[in-house]
Amino acid sequence: MKELTSLALEKAKRLGASYADIRIVDKRQESIRTKNGNVESMTSSRSRGFGVRVLCDGAWGFSSSSTLAPSEIERIAQEAVEIARASATVKRGRDIVLAPQEPVTAKWESKLKVDPFLVKAEDKIKVLMEADRLMRSNKGVRVASGNISALREEKVFASTEGSYIEQVRTETGAGIEAMAADKGELQRRSYPNSAGGDFASKGFEIVEEMDLPGHAEKVANEAVALLTAKQCPSLTTDLVLDSSQLTLQIHESCGHPIELDRVFGQEAAYAGTSFLTPEKLGTFRYGSDFVTIVADATLPYGLGSFGYDDEGVPAQRTVIVDKGIFKNYLTSRETAQELGQVSNGTARSDGWNHIPIIRMTNVSLEPGDWTLDEIIKDTKEGVYMETNKSWSIDDKRLNFQFGVEMAYEIKDGALGAMLKNANYTGITYEFWRSCDAVAGKDEWHLWGLPNCGKGEPGQVAHVGHGASPARFRNVKVGVGKWQ
Amino acid sequence: MRKGLLGKETALELAERILSMSPGELTEVSVRGGVSRLTRFSDNYVHQNVSEAGHTATVRVIFGKKIGTASTNSLDEESLREAVAAASKMAEFQKPNEEFNGIPGPATYEEPKTFFDSTFDFSPLDRARAVKVIVDAAQAKGFRAAGAYSTGASEVCLANSLGLRAYHSGTMANLRTVVMSDSGSGYGDASAMDVSDIDPQSVAATAVGKCEMNKDPEPVPAGEYEVVMEPHAVAEMVGYLVRGGFAAQAVSEGRSFLVGRLGQKLFSDLVNIWDDGLDPLGFPMPFDMEGVPKRKVVLVENGVAKELLYDFKTAKKEGKEPTGHGGFGGWGPMASNLFMGPGRSTMGELIRGTKRGILITRFHYTNMAHPMRVLVTGMTRDGTFLIEDGKIVRPVKNFRFTESALRVFATVDAATAERVRAGRAVVPAIHVPAFNFTGVTEF
Repeated sequence: MKELTSLALEKAKRLGASYADIRIVDKRQESIRTKNGNVESMTSSRSRGFGVRVLCDGAWGFSSSSTLAPSEIERIAQEAVEIARASATVKRGRDIVLAPQEPVTAKWESKLKVDPFLVKAEDKIKVLMEADRLMRSNKGVRVASGNISALREEKVFASTEGSYIEQVRTETGAGIEAMAADKGELQRRSYPNSAGGDFASKGFEIVEEMDLPGHAEKVANEAVALLTAKQCPSLTTDLVLDSSQLTLQIHESCGHPIELDRVFGQEAAYAGTSFLTPEKLGTFRYGSDFVTIVADATLPYGLGSFGYDDEGVPAQRTVIVDKGIFKNYLTSRETAQELGQVSNGTARSDGWNHIPIIRMTNVSLEPGDWTLDEIIKDTKEGVYMETNKSWSIDDKRLNFQFGVEMAYEIKDGALGAMLKNANYTGITYEFWRSCDAVAGKDEWHLWGLPNCGKGEPGQVAHVGHGASPARFRNVKVGVGKWQ
Repeated sequence: MRKGLLGKETALELAERILSMSPGELTEVSVRGGVSRLTRFSDNYVHQNVSEAGHTATVRVIFGKKIGTASTNSLDEESLREAVAAASKMAEFQKPNEEFNGIPGPATYEEPKTFFDSTFDFSPLDRARAVKVIVDAAQAKGFRAAGAYSTGASEVCLANSLGLRAYHSGTMANLRTVVMSDSGSGYGDASAMDVSDIDPQSVAATAVGKCEMNKDPEPVPAGEYEVVMEPHAVAEMVGYLVRGGFAAQAVSEGRSFLVGRLGQKLFSDLVNIWDDGLDPLGFPMPFDMEGVPKRKVVLVENGVAKELLYDFKTAKKEGKEPTGHGGFGGWGPMASNLFMGPGRSTMGELIRGTKRGILITRFHYTNMAHPMRVLVTGMTRDGTFLIEDGKIVRPVKNFRFTESALRVFATVDAATAERVRAGRAVVPAIHVPAFNFTGVTEF
């Protein structure tokens, strides 16, 4: 493989590139989806190719191909240089400069117990079909669905600075969902999370740990019960979020606005910019003293864990918000140097055909010292919400609104009636400043989200978020006209 | 031969080769791919410039009602055989899918002109020149421009063991920009199959003009307002209405607002919405991903919900004819080339007809809050203005809305005669008498 990577790097240098890197990626995926007692689809896919990124005349160029042959590698390296020269015709007053990075030669592989690609299809189908049968034992369920998927990515990175890194990552995930509909109402309930379930950098053991059939009846019963549940009232009250909903809150209102490329406007015309502008670094009160948020790409089994990012920077742990104060961004080599920093290793690409951009790793709310029971008991009046259903946030990541699958009233320190169509809204920093209780380690879970969209052409990142349940004071819930 | 594309003959040969490898009783093959190039700019410089090329071959092997699917982006003999073997193995160990009811047979297709060499040959330097036009226009006013210029060519080849053979190729170009000052922003875009139809000066003028208007926006309280929605906002609402509501599978599964309501007058007389895969005002495509020819489907006529979109599976299940809206592998029917009919007004008349309301340039990060009610939430962005007594009086800070698309199209009382291609839909601007803004942000 080294001969091929050298070919690209040498060609780019000969043509005048001041820096070049190449990634050769081989990605394999398998998935099974079931629906109402049938295997809806069973797919296997493989995608191989390479991408060459160059700095030439102080500007970027990138080209890629799925044909891994010496002549094609040289052609693509040349095309990347030509593209960079075109970029250089519309430059700022200065060249793009990369923050320094020591060259690395390394091999890294994620850990797993049971290789998901060696588990028989029959065994995977059996798990999903049992869960499907149990969900549909409740006759109110219109659609029962489930999925199990696995991914393996083998990647080689080499740069003109002398790095040569080989990595292998394996991911597995699964989930089930029951949908009930009647008389103009539609409700869904999922386990262990919505949007396909939970995912981790693990083997098939994650599916065994989930026990999908063991949760199927509960999921079905809740979906059906939601059809006739009380509508979430419209009021300002105390809000308690479960761990899974908090992950999306972290993702949208913390994870994205701390991406330094976004802060510099590189996503402005698409996903937007960020309210966390550089003058706020180190001083801005993002949340209450109870809020400490950390980006950690070294966490075992995290969906956002890796050995090295796609610029060859080692995975690391970075404190983003320390006891409420905004401390750090997620950075790449290009963006970090603009702030006089070195990269904290978050530039990642979703495949051979796309460039690395700043992506979340595992961005998590550190656990506190409450329990969920204690938080509920301590809440006189409020709403408890579980599992994300819809999400929306403005283009600077301030005004958000989330809908959840299920909620309960909290009255005098106890859960009351089930509520349907619950949602809540707020302004990011006001919301996090209102946090006054976070549950502890025992209720902290590292979730995997395999569907984070960003960039043009669109890229989908796999990221992780850890959280335990937490309480937020005086939040507007029950937004919109529902009667 | 065009670099990065297979061409009709080679693509069909490849598909035939894959079919010949399959041991399945039935087999479906798709070969899809092409080239995609994009120049991205922000803060008045090019910060990203990329090119990609490739194809993916997908094979669906069927024994009885047992189905396995595999894909590969390596088109050499060994990789293709591996993919066929993987699909066959999966099908073998599969449980029968009792809902499987066959695959489409051969058909004949229209051949709309969709491929333009001008777009295919558009170089990185050509894109850079266009970007410079926008950057110069923004800089002249002291603004910052961000955006992207993308061009590409794609091809789709479908074949199955019943003799279906289909090939289509097309080009597409899109230029879009957000121009920003310290206190506001403006948006402009253009898309076309023929890159020669894109005028960077015009895109720049629209975005810079909006940015100039959108200076120092002030907050206005959330609540119900009359609104004038520009085409990009209308296109999003049309998309939500159609995606969940008019897919036959959604109706049969009880998750559409149209359950038991097809044929009823649900919307304003002004509302006419259809999907027409062959209309060159949009982005035509003669067949769907199952190889079924696309036909025009009138979804809403003078406010009455008329027809549904069918893929092959749902159509067969319900004894209907498929309409050409299927995805490969049974993902369910989906719209592809949407149109909303024109009204009789001008944009000026919509504004002059507004007593106190809000002009919306476009939405941001919308999401379905409740599918049966088609309740959508999202933000406004890049130019939100207060209208008083028929005049735009000042820019306002962006709103969050939580509103039903059903209500929007039930109450729309004016639309422009001029329609614009906005994303994947061609729509007019509209006036709606009441729209529910549920929050305000800080900019």
